Amino acid sequence: MNIETQTRPEAANRVRTGIADCDIHPSPRNFEAEVYPFLERRWQELIASYGMVQRIGFQGGTQYPKGQPRASRRDSFPPGGGGPGSDLDFMRRQHLDPHDVELGVLIPLRVGQAIQNMDLAVAICAAMNDWQIAEWTSKEPRLKGSILTAYQDAAASAREIERHAGTSDFVQVAMLSRTPEPMGNRQYWPIYEAAAAAGLPVGVHAFGYGGTPVTGSGWPSYYIEDMMAHSQSCQSLITSMVFEGVFERIPGFRLVIVEGGIAWLPALAWRLDAIWSKNRLELAQCKRPPSEYIRESIWLTSQPIEEPDDRKQLLDVIEWIGWDRVLYASDYPHWDFDDPDLVLPVSLTRQQKDGFFRDNAFRLYGLE
Amino acid sequence: METTLDPDRQATASAAILPGAIDCDVHPEPPQMAELLPYLDTYLRESVVQRGIGALHSTAYPLNAPITVREDWRGPTGAAQSLDRMRRDLFDGLGVGTAILNPLYGLQLLMEEQMAAGFATGLNTFTAREWLDPEPRLRASIVVPMQNPAMSVAEIERWAGDPRFVQVLLLVMGEMPLGKRYYWPIYEAAAAHDLPVAIHAGSMYRYGTTGLGWPSFHAQDYAGNAMAFQAALASLVCEGVFSMFPKLRVVLSESGFSWLPAFLWRMDKFWHGLRMEVPWVDRRPAEIVAEHVRFTLQPLDAPPTAADTERLIAHTGSEDLLLFSTDYPHWQFDGTRAVPSGLSAPLVRRMMIDTPRATYPRLREKPA
Repeated sequence: MNIETQTRPEAANRVRTGIADCDIHPSPRNFEAEVYPFLERRWQELIASYGMVQRIGFQGGTQYPKGQPRASRRDSFPPGGGGPGSDLDFMRRQHLDPHDVELGVLIPLRVGQAIQNMDLAVAICAAMNDWQIAEWTSKEPRLKGSILTAYQDAAASAREIERHAGTSDFVQVAMLSRTPEPMGNRQYWPIYEAAAAAGLPVGVHAFGYGGTPVTGSGWPSYYIEDMMAHSQSCQSLITSMVFEGVFERIPGFRLVIVEGGIAWLPALAWRLDAIWSKNRLELAQCKRPPSEYIRESIWLTSQPIEEPDDRKQLLDVIEWIGWDRVLYASDYPHWDFDDPDLVLPVSLTRQQKDGFFRDNAFRLYGLE
Repeated sequence: METTLDPDRQATASAAILPGAIDCDVHPEPPQMAELLPYLDTYLRESVVQRGIGALHSTAYPLNAPITVREDWRGPTGAAQSLDRMRRDLFDGLGVGTAILNPLYGLQLLMEEQMAAGFATGLNTFTAREWLDPEPRLRASIVVPMQNPAMSVAEIERWAGDPRFVQVLLLVMGEMPLGKRYYWPIYEAAAAHDLPVAIHAGSMYRYGTTGLGWPSFHAQDYAGNAMAFQAALASLVCEGVFSMFPKLRVVLSESGFSWLPAFLWRMDKFWHGLRMEVPWVDRRPAEIVAEHVRFTLQPLDAPPTAADTERLIAHTGSEDLLLFSTDYPHWQFDGTRAVPSGLSAPLVRRMMIDTPRATYPRLREKPA
């Protein structure tokens, strides 16, 4: 099908064999001790009094209780204490070393981006970005950060992107998938423009609390439905971005869908092509078939990878997506971790394997 | 307007659409208020006149939008004229044998449930008198006021004795996800009368249709139906609707189905990890869907080639999921190409004849 291949004569002599893991979640072992040094006193006091309120009812987070403590692998709690993903040495021992991770892309969750108090959100995102440098990327060269953005304030987000542009600590800009407005809406464009100008892709991670029900039909009951809905949110945000003309109007903009699954993308592209061809009148900003923008400008991380009984069917899907667009991710330390040794238990060509496990990511993030 | 079909395409059509083919999703023209008035009860009729209530046309299908009526299927309004066109285009032109009407009228959008119930009774009466009485090849769905399940049950009971009404019609986006217990009385009544429940594209417009807020374009609204169907199917499975009503059959109409394999692979995977949350889901979701859920053919959202379509069908894991539909008069295909290439002859026979008969018990009997 449409597999883009690049001849790389030097590949045969390459000695580095490590993989790229495009979704790792670090978290502060102690928020006050590690993040407060990067926060003004007034924000510390505000947090102490009111917490960090998002568009959600509980003080502690989701209204869907998770399936496991902290939605994490039960063996991921560091023996020395602290939460999963809070101990660099343990992460090295449990994941980076045994799985030969040469590039790990960090995406801190749970804090910052979707906070309602905009000034606080901007301050926390900036602090969390400084924290990524201080605690992770400066200590471990295999790890690279994601620039967290308080995306409801696009101008502030653009400034935060500019603050870190050109540094080697960050390889992408991070957003969460459940934005209060569809992600193609104009209010978010300054973020995409700043990211493109900095040469950074925007990695959109599943989750977030936009306040809108995750279905057009209101709120589902169960965590498993909430999990299912991540792929729907990603389908919706891509639809919005394509039809609003984000890919058309912002040259160099690249989108990485993180933790939304992958197998739904071809069907979405076919559907959008069919709809686009009949609605050109109102889709003037979308000048080419949606599948072309999708093929050119969207990457997907693999976890949680779909698992058909006949695993070869997954290869059909990756072929439809493009072998150069799927990036291995583990989601360490979360419960639905995909082990690199088991994630694609079918025979792959050397080129497919290299692309999926490392080359696609190194190329996307400009680390070749 | 050009109405004569290209003779070459007619030849293709007679090969593709089998004699006696059952078209499971066809739309009568939504009535003008003047047409509906004689079928409304006295109080509602007077309310409409005195309050100046206009036709309840949903924004889901803007009357002149390309998708709503195919260009060569347009004509003067009015049930009689519209029925004549349907005879010409659908029965004579495409060669359909029997067609099931899914009336898309915006009564489900009303905030007031009693008024919605009055309109539902009026609309179903209108459908019986103006469409089913004059055309014996037609069957219809019972439109219910989904604002209120008890009133919906009353409407099902009102029509269940008329064998020409073969299923119950819901919109995919309601006030809450369709699997919730709130809706169970509808499923109970439908199952008791051996009526499948058709869930059709469209929304009550209580929430933005994208799951991420309100869309900018009609095309985005329409694309969003596929995501809404995924959410509805997850809800029906996770809430245990099929465990509670083992006889219930659900038909997803105008849903597309190319998203289904990816959806089921994802859902089976999450079910393995989270089934402690929904212990009444006692089998893999894919098995439940294969037993209880069917999908109308159009819009297919098909991949670009016949070979890809074959692979996609293989990914669904069953040849019994599809019900033939043209989605007339919505513009889903040109000419007479209602059946895409890539479907095997046995599959075509099953979806046109065998699966509809198995799904709709009332189609097996010849009405008097």
